[in-house]
Amino acid sequence: MFSTLRSQTGVGLRLLLVFTVVCGIVFPLVVWGVSRIPGLAHSAEGSTITRDGAVVGSSVVAVDPVPADPAADPYFHTRPSASAQDVLGPADPSTSGGSNKAADSTDLLDTVGRRRALIAAREGVASEAVPADAVAASASGLDPDISPDYAALQVDRVARVTGLSVAEVEQLVGGATRGRVLGFLGEPTVNVPELNLAVADAQGR
Amino acid sequence: MDDTLAGLLQVLFLLVLLAACYAPLGDYMARVFTSEKDWRVEAALYRLVRVDASSGQRWPTYAMGLLGFSFVSIVLLYLLQRLQPLLPLSFGRGAVEPAMAFNTAVSFVTNTNWQSYVPEQVLGDTVQMAGLTVQNVLSAAVGLAVAAALIRGFVRANTDRIGNFWVDLTRATVRIMLPLSFLAAVGLLIMGVTMSLRSGVDVTGLDGNTYTHPLAPTASQEAVKMVGTNGGGVFNANSAHPFENPSALSNLFQIFLMLVVPVAMTRTFGTMVGNRRQGTILLSVMGVLWGALLAVAWFAETHPTGAAGIATGAMEGKETRFGIPTSILFGVSTTGTSTGAVNSLHDSYSGGAGGVTLLNMLLGEVAPGGVGVGLVGILVVAIIAMFLAGLMVGRTPEYLGKKLGRREVTCAAVYILVMPAIVLLGAGLAIALPSTLDALSNDGAHGFSEVLYAFASAANNNGSAFGGLTVTSDFFQSALGLAMLFGRFVLILAVLALAGSLAQQKRVEATAGTLVTDQPLFGVLVGGTLILVAALTFFPALALGPLAEALA
Repeated sequence: MFSTLRSQTGVGLRLLLVFTVVCGIVFPLVVWGVSRIPGLAHSAEGSTITRDGAVVGSSVVAVDPVPADPAADPYFHTRPSASAQDVLGPADPSTSGGSNKAADSTDLLDTVGRRRALIAAREGVASEAVPADAVAASASGLDPDISPDYAALQVDRVARVTGLSVAEVEQLVGGATRGRVLGFLGEPTVNVPELNLAVADAQGR
Repeated sequence: MDDTLAGLLQVLFLLVLLAACYAPLGDYMARVFTSEKDWRVEAALYRLVRVDASSGQRWPTYAMGLLGFSFVSIVLLYLLQRLQPLLPLSFGRGAVEPAMAFNTAVSFVTNTNWQSYVPEQVLGDTVQMAGLTVQNVLSAAVGLAVAAALIRGFVRANTDRIGNFWVDLTRATVRIMLPLSFLAAVGLLIMGVTMSLRSGVDVTGLDGNTYTHPLAPTASQEAVKMVGTNGGGVFNANSAHPFENPSALSNLFQIFLMLVVPVAMTRTFGTMVGNRRQGTILLSVMGVLWGALLAVAWFAETHPTGAAGIATGAMEGKETRFGIPTSILFGVSTTGTSTGAVNSLHDSYSGGAGGVTLLNMLLGEVAPGGVGVGLVGILVVAIIAMFLAGLMVGRTPEYLGKKLGRREVTCAAVYILVMPAIVLLGAGLAIALPSTLDALSNDGAHGFSEVLYAFASAANNNGSAFGGLTVTSDFFQSALGLAMLFGRFVLILAVLALAGSLAQQKRVEATAGTLVTDQPLFGVLVGGTLILVAALTFFPALALGPLAEALA
């Protein structure tokens, strides 16, 4: 029996080495080669957005922007990230993930309350007006999208700080809004990195 | 469009896609495991590794090949992690700690893909590709081989040969896993999944802050992660990370990928045993279970409980682009297969929905189960069901022309009992240790659920987690590692012994007293047995965890 086990294990080792080359080197490199096809390479490298040759963000992952002066905050904000140092604020992009806090967690309830108060103060609205996704940390911590409700909540402030008209900002929000894929997959979203760039571009004109 | 209607259309779309692939893929896989002819590349491979591919093996030889292969796989994957600093494309990421390396090696070889590490910080590209991607392919191929061996046990008669492990493994890899994974990878690339050999991309944001987004060779591994019901994320956030799963379309494609092989395996089974209705009956049991659990979880999550759950509209731990129905569809599919990938955090689900994901694994993952092992699981339950029916009418039970005698029922009973033993003993031991309290991120009933979920996930080779549990202590790394090993290989040994025993029997002809197994009544019997066994085993544990939370 031991000689069978030994000889079978020997075969296993040789086959494993061959498959390591085939499945672990050849296969990924072929897929990588396919990803170099124009049209695929951009998203394969992280869907980065460049301005004047510099990478200013990615349209699929977002880190919440930090205003230089909190009293004059020109940015649309992302959803909270569990990896941020405070209840709101920029994620730590070196590690993705969420809070893993349970629905009956008193910790989470406390955090949500603080987020709601901060956002209501920032936008100058009653705390009941803050939508649920604005106070709930995303699963990845890098969610680039917010709900149309949360985008609408931020329009007035962004218009006021940037000097753009409300109608103009609403139009930019509309440009960054995507309905459900194929009309029924997933949820409607507003892409924050693209929206903030569109606002900055409009301001620069 | 109404949220519920959109969600239902999504489910319908998924079912249509699966139905379209059911017959062609199922029949193709049946040909793979019955064809007499080797492909030229396979024949060359057999010569290269000096293996006799022409002769069938008795079950102990088949099992020794499988165990030997898995053993060297664990050793190689452990060494790759330990020697990471010497490998190219490691980006300065150091050697993985011993306990973590052991846990990870076992995790990927057993098709669990449980992760106790943060991939984008701990692993370089070489370990991801030459280590993890390889085992993503091969562990799934091993599952297919085991299923093929068991089906042959029913098909063959008066022989002690159940096939050749090396041929099954090679064909499952070359003809099924690699082509499907390549097609899936190209599809994912088109849908915007990343595939980069750079360590990351440096960004200077509009606000002037600089940071780095880690990149990885994602698409190749993502494809096989889903096709092989593996589930190990290339990034820590797994399929919630936009680099792995950028849109609702890529998300639906991933759900389809993890279901397609397990679903089509029932067709493979029906085709190989020469009666396709035998396969469709088993599939309908799987489908009804999947649908029922989906409905319960969907209702629970759209009617959140718990003050924080209500305050966040159940969006804590979910991505905006997915929302609730899409997250739940993924969660129920990933725990009904042995995938364990997540696009939302199960730990933050409401008590009811979190309980459903846990129960889905505790049912033995048969809705529709992992690649290969899902079919095996439901066949074992079918054998137990026939045994119970036989006891009721006082007649030796038969299934597919084979008598279910003492040896067959013993093998099936071992299979059914080992997983609960690991889960309950493991969770009980962990809860008894004072140090476990520090590992929990939530207290009360939910804290207990975190521990129970960890052992359910490990013993069923799922790999999803109530991620709040910190599992980096030596106790959890070792205990969960052992749970994965026993949960995989003791069950496989029981199945191969069962296959050997079935193949040796002569075929008994059906008589008027034989219970027909290609009619709905049999499906009810199998489904009832499944629920009965799980309920009797796990009700007390579930009552302490998710039930207590849901009813609080």
